[in-house]
Amino acid sequence: MVSEIVFRTIGLTKVYHMGQVRVHALRGIDLELHAGELVVLLGASGSGKSTLVNILGGLDTATDGKVFYREKDLTQATDRELTAYRRNHVGFVFQFYNLIPSLTAQENVAIVTEIAQDPMTPEQALEIVGLGNRKDHFPAQLSGGEQQRVAIARAIAKQPGVLLCDEPTGALDSKTGVIVLEALDRVNRELGTTTIIITHNAVQAKMAERIIYLSDGKVTEIRQNEQKTSPRELNW
Amino acid sequence: MFRDLWAMRGQGLAIVFVILSGVSAYVSMTSVMDTLERTLDTYYTEYRFADGFASVRRAPEQLKERLRMVPGVTRIETRVMAGVNLEIADFDEPVSGLIVSVPEGHQPGLNRLFIRKGRFLQAGREGEVLLNEPFAQAHDLNPGDQLTAVINGRRKVLRIVGIALSPEFLIQIEPGSIFPDPKRYGVMWMGRAGLEAAYDMEGAFNDLAFTLSPGADNNEDVLELIDDLLKPYGGRGAYWRADQPSHFIITEEFRQLKGTATVLPLVFLAVAAFLLNIVVSRLISLQREQIAVLKAFGYSNTDVGLHYAKLVLFIALIGTAVGIGLGVWMGQALGKLYLEYYRFPYLEYTLRFSVVFMAIVLTAGTSLIGVIQAVRSAVRLPPAEAMRPAPPAVYRATLVERLGLRQFFDQPTRMILRNLERRPAKAMLTILGMSSSCAILIMGLFFSDSFDYVVQVQFGLTQRENLTVKFTEPTSTAALYEINSLPGVVYAEPFRNVPVRLRYGHRSYQTGIEGIPPDAYLRRLINTDLEPVPVPPHGIVITERLAQILDVRPGDEMTVEVREGTRYTRSVPVVGITRQFIGIGAYMDIEAANRLAGVGRAISGVLVMVDNPYEKMLMNTLSERPRVAGIASQERVIEAFYESTAKTMLVYTFILSLFAGVIAFGVVYNSARISLSEQDRELASLRVLGFTQGEVAYILLGELAFLTFLSIPLGFALGSAAGAGVVRSLQTDMYQLPFVLGGRTLSLAAVIVLGASVVSGLIIYRKLNKLDLIAVLKTRE
Repeated sequence: MVSEIVFRTIGLTKVYHMGQVRVHALRGIDLELHAGELVVLLGASGSGKSTLVNILGGLDTATDGKVFYREKDLTQATDRELTAYRRNHVGFVFQFYNLIPSLTAQENVAIVTEIAQDPMTPEQALEIVGLGNRKDHFPAQLSGGEQQRVAIARAIAKQPGVLLCDEPTGALDSKTGVIVLEALDRVNRELGTTTIIITHNAVQAKMAERIIYLSDGKVTEIRQNEQKTSPRELNW
Repeated sequence: MFRDLWAMRGQGLAIVFVILSGVSAYVSMTSVMDTLERTLDTYYTEYRFADGFASVRRAPEQLKERLRMVPGVTRIETRVMAGVNLEIADFDEPVSGLIVSVPEGHQPGLNRLFIRKGRFLQAGREGEVLLNEPFAQAHDLNPGDQLTAVINGRRKVLRIVGIALSPEFLIQIEPGSIFPDPKRYGVMWMGRAGLEAAYDMEGAFNDLAFTLSPGADNNEDVLELIDDLLKPYGGRGAYWRADQPSHFIITEEFRQLKGTATVLPLVFLAVAAFLLNIVVSRLISLQREQIAVLKAFGYSNTDVGLHYAKLVLFIALIGTAVGIGLGVWMGQALGKLYLEYYRFPYLEYTLRFSVVFMAIVLTAGTSLIGVIQAVRSAVRLPPAEAMRPAPPAVYRATLVERLGLRQFFDQPTRMILRNLERRPAKAMLTILGMSSSCAILIMGLFFSDSFDYVVQVQFGLTQRENLTVKFTEPTSTAALYEINSLPGVVYAEPFRNVPVRLRYGHRSYQTGIEGIPPDAYLRRLINTDLEPVPVPPHGIVITERLAQILDVRPGDEMTVEVREGTRYTRSVPVVGITRQFIGIGAYMDIEAANRLAGVGRAISGVLVMVDNPYEKMLMNTLSERPRVAGIASQERVIEAFYESTAKTMLVYTFILSLFAGVIAFGVVYNSARISLSEQDRELASLRVLGFTQGEVAYILLGELAFLTFLSIPLGFALGSAAGAGVVRSLQTDMYQLPFVLGGRTLSLAAVIVLGASVVSGLIIYRKLNKLDLIAVLKTRE
């Protein structure tokens, strides 16, 4: 499959200084991620998968090596440029949803579409995740799964170039988790958004086109998943 | 515990600052007042300030023995007092003075002198004088310098041998003026023999001071007996210490200071205590999880409460201790400042234990109440539930949005509005805190507006002369025409001053009745609506304050005892009340005043409107006339007014502004800091979603700005109410302050509150830039 390269990393390294101790979170990652693909980053906690996604998403900076988003070198970007990059190109979904409790579902999406360049309407985004009828509810009135779906709607409403999901089902039971994964899968299929999902759950990896295994800050294996499974058939 | 302290050092510091401000303002202001009163008291006792005084035209020294026999009198000191004109090198304006005799070669028995510089007078050395310190300082005169006095028409060179202070002339004030002017009026002391010779008073005296036995205080019989003895020699009436000008003014000023020094610091301390309570309880609410952990480990509610009580008490006591230290230091510094103004030879710094106790009890008490409230709500939840993060807070659309205005707000603005509406108590407390500091500022600053207003009314509407010329004694009206013909005089108007004691029922007041012409142009009476009213041909018009003191109303008949000449006692109806902010007085038609005094057409002085360039020349010309006792320039009076009032008030104003600023800062900073820790997750999420620092700051600081803008008008309202209350407690016989609030005060108060908000906003903005985006995403609370 030959398609456009969205992310390219060359020798990506990240070292944290925690007091006297130096922690190597990433030890030279070389990767290419393609437009429209759904990738799962699989690894135990501490394997560096969150660090990698944070750097890809412009939340963190690399200690060494290069990261390119399309033609743009993120390692050279200023804080202001990274903010603009996140604002215009990246959609985030977090383990703990991170919704604004004082805003309704619709407003939580609108807060992003108000500042985006070419957004869909909040209603459209909520429709895609199946929450069109709950748009006027506040987070406190929604279940965990619903909150996470609002978060997905918020992430995709700006029509981002990439969708980065860090343990999106981590705080959910498996049944609700499946519904959330279905929503992500649907976004990937219908909108063609490049999607990267972090998980430590090997079962979930079955829904990916490619699975990247991370261990101890290194890519240990990249596997093309020939039999992509629908999230509905996953069980853990 | 110390780790906890370190973790909350920012907020702890803000608490310390609030306490520090409250406590030090309270301690310094209260202790200064105590110090001044105690110092005055000891000074009076140690330097034997007399209980009563009397002056007479000229009485033989032998009379002293008979005066001593008056029952109740323990000690009598006769002396000679001479009003003189002075010539001082390098000062070309007229200066008048008072020379008081002291026994040859030794201290007087009463009203002893404290020698600040130089030495005491030596017996038999003619022409040696001691100068009262304020006068000496005003002209930079020192022992060894000379000055010339015109005594009884003869010029005499005086040598200054020392600079002295006396309890009798703490405030040296020219008879008839309201405010001291040390450049143009000075008191000095001279050996009795020399002064007797120069003033034609050999073997005689014209003034006396006396003390009373303990039981005889304020026994009117004593005054009457003394008056009877002095009457044949031209007695001018004996009076108590309470009516002695220096003491009278100092008492009034102290009363006024005390008004400010008791009310304001307490308000201050109360506000600080209130803030402390808010900050403490909110601080602990943020520790919910930690409290749950402690409980999970098996600590009881009491243990948890004690832990936080210790923590908060530690902070509070540091603040109180440093505040007391700072307060003592400021109190001493303030005391020294007042020392220069009041001319005490020493200062007895006094810090009452009850003041310290009050400060500790109030700060510790309010912080503990805050702790109890907060801990109680924190321990209400079972530990397991408390350890879980709080569920998403329940919000709803705000009232303004439900009214259909929703479309006008973007999401960040909706967040601000909903945050405010969800926690109305928190928003109210923040507003209340900020408006209290705004109110404190107004209370400290409004005085200058009131003073300006007083000057505007008094000197713009009622006293419109440039110069007041007073004669040594009532003079024929020819003097008016003489002055009218002098160069530079635009208009001249006579007045007649009759010294009296006014009585109504059991109340009485000693003052002067001023007789003015019916068509008076320079000295006008105004009614309470500030409209000029003519003086009626019969009866007496009195000032509002005097009506209050005597409890009389128009229509009542007052008893007037004339205290000069033939000393008639007459009954006179009150026919009107006039508004007058400075001084207390009574007015009559000039003809009626003369009839009352029992003399023909006499005038006590002339009010002059003068062409500005001629003023100085005219003053010099007039001061050389032997019949002229004194000349007062309107301009100087206004200057002196500002100087004397400014000195008493300015220092408090400064302290108040400083601390109100600190308190405003403390409230705003704490409020914003707490909002930041409550909302940091949301704000970090927004940063992750691509919001810029400015956009995120808007949500946090917009709330702050909104509260600040709401708090200012409320502060104005609170400040006006409190200021009006303070003014009521400040009325003195010297001046009656109206409550006037000017634009300058309001804008200054607003600017200081805004400034404090901006500074704390900037600090919070910097903290906002350091938000750890990744950490916030990983953890739940």
